[in-house]
This record gives sequence, structure tokens and C-alpha cells, in this order.
Amino acid sequence: MKTLILIILGIVVAPFLGGLIAGLDRKITARFQSRFGPPIVQPFFDVAKLFGKVKVVNNFWQVFCAWIYVIAAALSVGLFFAQSDLLLIFFVQAIGAVFLVMGALSTPSPYSQVGAQRELIQILTYEPLIILVFVSIYLVTGSFRIDEILQYSQPLMHKLPLMFIVLGYALTIKLRKSPFDFSTSHHAHQELVKGVLTEFSGPYLGLIEIAHWYETILILGICALFWHTSFIGMVILLVTTYLAEILIDNTMARMTWRWMLGYVWSIGLAMSFVNLIWLYAG
Amino acid sequence: MFKKFISKSRAKSPWIMHFDGGSCNGCDIEVLACLTPLYDVERFGIVNVGNPKHADVLLVTGTINHRNAKVLRNIYDQMPDPKGVIAIGACGLSGGIFRECYNVLGGVDKVIPVDVYVPGCPAKPEAIIDGVVAALGKFEGLKG
Repeated sequence: MKTLILIILGIVVAPFLGGLIAGLDRKITARFQSRFGPPIVQPFFDVAKLFGKVKVVNNFWQVFCAWIYVIAAALSVGLFFAQSDLLLIFFVQAIGAVFLVMGALSTPSPYSQVGAQRELIQILTYEPLIILVFVSIYLVTGSFRIDEILQYSQPLMHKLPLMFIVLGYALTIKLRKSPFDFSTSHHAHQELVKGVLTEFSGPYLGLIEIAHWYETILILGICALFWHTSFIGMVILLVTTYLAEILIDNTMARMTWRWMLGYVWSIGLAMSFVNLIWLYAG
Repeated sequence: MFKKFISKSRAKSPWIMHFDGGSCNGCDIEVLACLTPLYDVERFGIVNVGNPKHADVLLVTGTINHRNAKVLRNIYDQMPDPKGVIAIGACGLSGGIFRECYNVLGGVDKVIPVDVYVPGCPAKPEAIIDGVVAALGKFEGLKG
């Protein structure tokens, strides 16, 4: 019963939190550029407006894929709040990510196609790192289950500081922030227009936006696991992490996929191995 | 209640798209000036998108001629309803000083229905922002 309440709470509260974080993100970004910026609730206006638009659909697959993406994202957050298995959450989240790519691939638009290919490379880049993070959490706590991880006596940060940075790479890619935003960007102005999201419009773009909020909360939730012992420590960790993300987003230019794959894998894998060796030697 | 929020949101989040017909670039620079920190239209939720499928308001600058009429029509058709069109500058309104040219059709309204006309040569950024706000009046009247 308690689990069910937690799942419902997670599915209902997460998009609101995610939307507020997206709004804060835009506001802080605007302040970095010495602008006033939109109100914090602006993402909710955007999504509500998108739901009020006429449905323009290229084919049935697009609709199906948009729905699967949002359902998978909501389910993974629900499982996270229900303190389920990290591996299960990972696989559900991966299904959502792949269906977004399939939705983009289902249309003949070149922007959408190239965006989908790039999104696939992004998935290829961050998924092994997330798996390594989960495995190292398992090596420290002896369990993939979140409720058992939460029983661990000291913050995971003490044992896995480098793994947290590795998770930060995954967070940057998942949030579609520079320098890793090459499958889509915040504004449809780049060489790719809007990448994977080019052909999604109206309510389906709104669904994808909501799914994106869910995913933000999911990855931030996994970050929160690194300081689960005290609530204040958790909040400070999350705020610092997200501010660092915004700062990186505003100071970095987009790179190529070759750079991303080479850089994230080499640095990410090196840090993972150093951390794991240190875990065993120390 | 949800429908009311949607119709309120339309006015709060107009995503604009900019189409340059045969402009001298004067009006285009003024449109881009609206997006700079000085005018900062993002504080009204206005985002400049490059994709007609995401846009709500189409800003058209410059003359419309036989060549770009098809392109303009195509872009307009790709925008999902509800949508608004704003013609900017003397050329967008009527063809301006080029209206007598053999290749010029005239204003934007010769090809697609225009909701708001923003005069000027070039139009001032304040006038363009005012034009977008006037176009929002059309959205507010719509039921969600």
C-alpha cells in the first residue's frame, strides 16, 4: 500500500518539479545573459499551449512512440519513488529513449533522421556510464534495490566521488545541455533545426516535454542517492549539481559526436576504473 | 478549467518564426534586435523557433515575389492551428517601393491571410513587439 502511494506520488509530483526546474533553468540562464527572463512557470504555459494546438501527425508511429516515451519515463520515475530495482529502472528508461529515436526515424524528414542518428549515439555514450554507476553502487552497498541502498550507513559520495562526476556526464547528455546537445537544442536554430523533435508538433511535443521533465527528476534522483544520509546534504548536492549544469551549458559550445564519444568514454571509463580500484585497494 | 488555462497559455507562450521574403535585411535586424538582452522578448515567453511545426506566429519581412510565394505558402501550411501571421515593414505590407516591380506580387496578404500589419521602414523593435501582442488578441478569443 505504501509502495502504491509512493508510485502515485512520484508520477504526479515529478512533472511539476521537473517543470519548475526547467523554468528556473531558463530564468538563471537569462540572468547569465543579463536578461530578465521568462517567469518560472513558463514551461507549464508552453506545454499547455502545445496541448491546445491542432494535431498534425505524419504517421501513427509518431503518436505511438511519443506515448511510449512518456509512459516509460513516468514508469521509471514511479519505480524510483517506489524504491525498486535500479537495473529495472534503467531498462524502462532505456526503452523510452529508444522509442523517441524510433518516432523520429519514422518520418522521412532529413532533420529528424539525422537528429535520430545523433540521439542514438548519445544513448550509446551515456548508457554504459549509467550502468557502471549502478554497478559501483552495487559493489559498495551490496544491492541494486533502492530501499536497501538507503539503509547504507554513510553517504555513497565518500566511496564513489568519481562515479558522481561520471553520472554528471550522463546528466548533461540526458538534459540535452551543451556541449552534448547535438541531437537537439533548446531553440530550433541550429544546423539541425530541432533534431529528433523536428517532426513532433502540438500535443505530441508537449508529451515529449513532460517525459523530459520526468527524466530530469529521475537522473537528479539517482544523484540524490549519493548523499542519502541527510536531507540537507542531498538538497545541497542537487542544487550544486544543477547549477554546475547550467553554468556548463552557458559556457560551452557544442562539440561533434566523435569528440563526445571519445571524451566521455575515455574520461568516464578511466574515472570509473580508478574509482573501482580505489574502492578495492582502500 | 483546463481549457481556460490552455487559452491563457496561448497568450503567454507565442513561439515565433521568422521568414525573410525579399527584405533588405533592415526589418530582419530589427526582428533579431527584439531577441537581444535589450528588448528580451523571452520574458513574455516568446521564443524564436526555426521550425514551422513548432511555431505559433509567423513574422514575414520583405516583398513577396513569384519565387518565394510558394515557399511562404508551404511554411504557412506546415504551422498547426491556431496560428497568426504578422507582416512587417513597408515591403511586407504592400511591396513598399518595390511594388511596381515586374517580379513583385505585393504584400504578404496576397499569398496568406495576415492578422497584424506592422508599418515602418524598417519597423521599430517596439512596434514589432506590439504587433506580436496584438496578434495574441486573436488567440485569446479562441476557446481551448
